[in-house]
Amino acid sequence: MTAEPLAPVAPSRVFTAILLRDLTVARRELPYFLVRTALQPILFVIVFGFLLPKMGMIPRGYSTTMLPGVVALSLTLSAIQSVALPMMQDFGFTKEIEDRLLSPVPIHLVAVEKVAAGVLQGIVAALFVLPVARLIMGPIPGLSFRNLPLLLAVTALGGAAFSAMGLYLGTGIAPQQIGLMFSVIVAPMIMFGCTYYPWAGLDHVPVMKWLVLINPLVYVSEGMRAALTPGLPHMPIAALLAALVVLTVIFMWLGLKAFDKRAMS
Amino acid sequence: MNAIETRSLRKVYPAPAVKKRRGVPAPPAPPSSGIVAIDSLDLAVNDGEFFGVLGPNGAGKTTLIGILTTRVRITAGEAMVAGANVATEPAAVRRRIGVVPQRPNPDRSLSVIENLVFHATYFGIARADAARRGKELLERLGIAEKMNAKVDQLSGGQQQRLMIARALTHDPRVVFLDEPTVGLDPQARLSLWEILRELHGQGRTIVMSTHYMEEADQLCDRLAIIDQGKLLALDTPTALKAKAPGDTLVEVTFDGDASIAADAARAMEGVSNAEARGPLLRVFSRRGGEIIPALIDAGEAHGRIVRDIHLSRPSLETLFISLTGRKLT
Repeated sequence: MTAEPLAPVAPSRVFTAILLRDLTVARRELPYFLVRTALQPILFVIVFGFLLPKMGMIPRGYSTTMLPGVVALSLTLSAIQSVALPMMQDFGFTKEIEDRLLSPVPIHLVAVEKVAAGVLQGIVAALFVLPVARLIMGPIPGLSFRNLPLLLAVTALGGAAFSAMGLYLGTGIAPQQIGLMFSVIVAPMIMFGCTYYPWAGLDHVPVMKWLVLINPLVYVSEGMRAALTPGLPHMPIAALLAALVVLTVIFMWLGLKAFDKRAMS
Repeated sequence: MNAIETRSLRKVYPAPAVKKRRGVPAPPAPPSSGIVAIDSLDLAVNDGEFFGVLGPNGAGKTTLIGILTTRVRITAGEAMVAGANVATEPAAVRRRIGVVPQRPNPDRSLSVIENLVFHATYFGIARADAARRGKELLERLGIAEKMNAKVDQLSGGQQQRLMIARALTHDPRVVFLDEPTVGLDPQARLSLWEILRELHGQGRTIVMSTHYMEEADQLCDRLAIIDQGKLLALDTPTALKAKAPGDTLVEVTFDGDASIAADAARAMEGVSNAEARGPLLRVFSRRGGEIIPALIDAGEAHGRIVRDIHLSRPSLETLFISLTGRKLT
């Protein structure tokens, strides 16, 4: 037995090790992950981006409006689920997260790592859905990748805001209420998240236009619109980026508080 | 140096809405007070010691281990583990300890060997070293053939061994085991004892909670007996057994309230103490079973009929009953 005090381990090293664990597990579950998070956006693409336009019930240009929304939806849905679901499991009956809570770093780092892993999984889902949607809908007029910095900023911030929200929901909500979470929180969020219509379109319903601003998804959808289809009307970029930063901070704060409560008795 | 030191340690959990103990109705507590799990506990565990924490379910054993392993917040007092303060330097404590939980909680998304390798990397150990060490540990614990198996394919005993292997991957100085043999069959329990003896032989400090007398007696250098969060006795198993009072514990169960017989028993020669708990009469007798006829007579004199008689030799169990009035298991 060594008697001298053991050297502390660099938190960055522990962080990387835990992230590597999550990515290893995620890679193995990739097919399930894609089905879980990308199926819904793709189904919407098939109906609203392919079938309805074919039937002439929706103008052809609609795909341009819808594509950024669908990408935003896959990013946020997968980010939120990638954190909330494992959190519920890990803090539930199995207590599997215990081995990471016993690692020699502040326990908040374990929570922050989960959020980082959530962002990465959100990006994977968005990158998967984008070409698939393009394939189903055909050529999309006005689609542009020239504004790459903005696209990256919206993706990173949107992923972070929703991963942090996943942390809060996953640790703050009782596992029995997970079904409720999806029907009461996630479903309305999708419907009123400006995913299938631009925020500017709500000019016709002014009350809604202001009400939907409490919905975090609005800022990601509009951000994607600003980045991918800059020719279409969208929310001011500075405003939506600021909103995403504020939301990330709020959800991270709430999430860490709820995480603490679950992690330490 | 002390491996563990606690000073006036106290843990109070917020009171739950409704909580009833079997048989004993919960005392009506004011809403501000909580449940006291650990109450002004002072402990010192020597370096390299095999230390046992003995107590019935709900005594505060798991809370104590939770505090010492940085997983439960302290309400008041202080605790030092392997030279670091659990409240202010939890990461340093975690660096130096290994924890075997009450219920195995392996990472089910990973294989057996991956459980060890990833856990080691959480402690800054390089992957190659971690893999080598993980294999060694699995061999030593006799589950090497399950190396690439899924965790779910392991039996309860094998999962417990995996937990021990995991706790050892980063070569901790102090190993905590929270009731490690609960739910194991007798054979698995005995082989776990062997493993624990070997760890102790390597000079590690081991802290183990249990509610099995025999286990505590067989393995531990010293034992702390706790109940309701309080330290009742602390000594070597031999010294504790010597403290067990009144030689033999005679338990007589009547068909009704035993308190009348208790008064008579106390007056008998060779009886050091007697008390009634409902129909159960507990008598500590210096004359062993010789007093049984007199106890039966004492009951029958008041119309009570004996339903059951039980004798226990002086042991940690009888000591525990004399200290708490309760049985361990």
